[in-house]
Amino acid sequence: MIEVQNVTKRYGDFTAIERVTFTVDKGEVLAFLGPNGAGKTTTMRILTCFIPATEGAARVGGFDCFEQPMEVKRRIGYLPETPPLYQELTVTEYLTFVGRIKGMRAKDLRSGLDRVTERLALGDVRDRLIANLSRGYQQRVGLAQVLLHDPPVLILDEPTMGLDPKQIIEIRELIKSLAGSHTVILSTHILPEATAVCQRVVIINNGRIVAVDSPQRLSARLRQSEKISVTVKAPPANLADRFRALPGVLSVFEPTETGAFLLECELGEDRRDDIARFVVGNGWGLLELKTVSMTLEDVFLRLTQNEEGMVSAGEAPGEAQMEKHTQA
Amino acid sequence: MTPVNAIVAKELRSYFVSPVVYVVSAVFLLIFGVLSYLAVVNAGNQAVRMMQIQGAAAQLNLNDLVFRPTFYSTAIVILLVLPILTMRLFAEERKLRTFELLMTSPIGINAVVLGKFLGVCLIFLGLLALTGIVPLILSVYSSFDWRPVLTGYLGLALMGALFLAAGVLASALTENQIVAAFLSFGLSILIWLLGALGAVLGDNPVGNALSYLSFIEHYDRLVRGLVDTKDLVYFVCGMILMLFLAHRVVESQRWK
Repeated sequence: MIEVQNVTKRYGDFTAIERVTFTVDKGEVLAFLGPNGAGKTTTMRILTCFIPATEGAARVGGFDCFEQPMEVKRRIGYLPETPPLYQELTVTEYLTFVGRIKGMRAKDLRSGLDRVTERLALGDVRDRLIANLSRGYQQRVGLAQVLLHDPPVLILDEPTMGLDPKQIIEIRELIKSLAGSHTVILSTHILPEATAVCQRVVIINNGRIVAVDSPQRLSARLRQSEKISVTVKAPPANLADRFRALPGVLSVFEPTETGAFLLECELGEDRRDDIARFVVGNGWGLLELKTVSMTLEDVFLRLTQNEEGMVSAGEAPGEAQMEKHTQA
Repeated sequence: MTPVNAIVAKELRSYFVSPVVYVVSAVFLLIFGVLSYLAVVNAGNQAVRMMQIQGAAAQLNLNDLVFRPTFYSTAIVILLVLPILTMRLFAEERKLRTFELLMTSPIGINAVVLGKFLGVCLIFLGLLALTGIVPLILSVYSSFDWRPVLTGYLGLALMGALFLAAGVLASALTENQIVAAFLSFGLSILIWLLGALGAVLGDNPVGNALSYLSFIEHYDRLVRGLVDTKDLVYFVCGMILMLFLAHRVVESQRWK
């Protein structure tokens, strides 16, 4: 449904995104994950025909965003980072205007209005001025604007920004319910959001795509080593070195304030048994021993702190990991 | 409902919920009222003087003594007032990011530019219609030829529309409303001054061309009651040029 091929966007000398390539199938929900300034918004603006790409091609529903923008625009609903609201209009007036510029007929517009008012619970505020609505309501009006003409493709730039936790859950449920019938791209820097609603995640950093996969597979793929956290009651001074000497242990991170050593072990074999025996056998007193699985958050940090994260996941990102641990 | 209608309707709605249009109308109508009052008083004084000289009731020409000076001064007033109406058109959309909504909707830039222009034109024509109360009251107390008054109004409407088109262009150039207002104000004055520049250069091709480019001689003919196709063509072409440039500016912003 959406194809992005080698899209590059330059502003003068500054390259906002470079050779970004990905596809989204019909009915899929894809999350665009990346730190601020990574190029998420730029990619979305190219897909919505707001700006043209410097190089490469983007297609929505088979139509090129540059050659046939009208066809593309008819098929998308776009929620920019700042909801595009006319403060001086009431909710109904605003949505009516949007429906008209989207080319809706009067009959469709009426039913569409009822549908989105119902779906986004805007019934109570429909005759109030947008300027007087809370941030959460304004965001919902923005979403209503996207869904009004029922486009097959939805492009949402940080759709849950500014909402309270309850509203966030509601919006996520809404997006989940759209999966299957609609193709959705949403950008976020909130990781649980990506895990919660998306089938696939594109991680982007400094304008380049660093990974594309399902949230589960992504964390599995990056878990090239198993991590074991060990807390010892009376550790000898050189415990870290002695851990390091154990077979199968790749690296050891010194204890943080919780007093836990973090051991990075080779993947595939469970070393917990050996380590337990080693600690107990020496009489140091084993307090806690557990495997630490990588969350999407770790994956994200690993990938975005080191651009070659995919290539040399074994070494360099370990440093990133350590950095995070000392911070924690 | 076509997209242009939708934009026009939205613009009108936005104008009427903001205080701008009320303040602008009030000030404009007040100034117009004072200007025509002064013209009437002036005409009265002249009548008295003529009576003293000729010793009999003079035949007063209200068209010459009242309407013509009023139309000339009103030209300056609308030059100052109209940029206030047009400054928000594009600048505000960009500032509030609603521009993205317009540009990602299946409507052409033509429709947006035209819709905004027509919206503000309707406001302006409404204002002009309200000033019609002055000739209506005068027609109760005296008699004058309505036709030059109507061509004068036609001139005002066309010249105002040209200012508005320049204002649309200025607003498309920036996202700062003050800058937009000032730009359209400057642009209109510059076009005006071309006439003076042409007069300085005298009766040669360059001078004539410059004079032609200024709206002042075209407006002048309409105010004097002369409807010439070439003047109408001038105003229509001027508007089209301004709106075309505005279209190009909006279009070019996609590339930045």
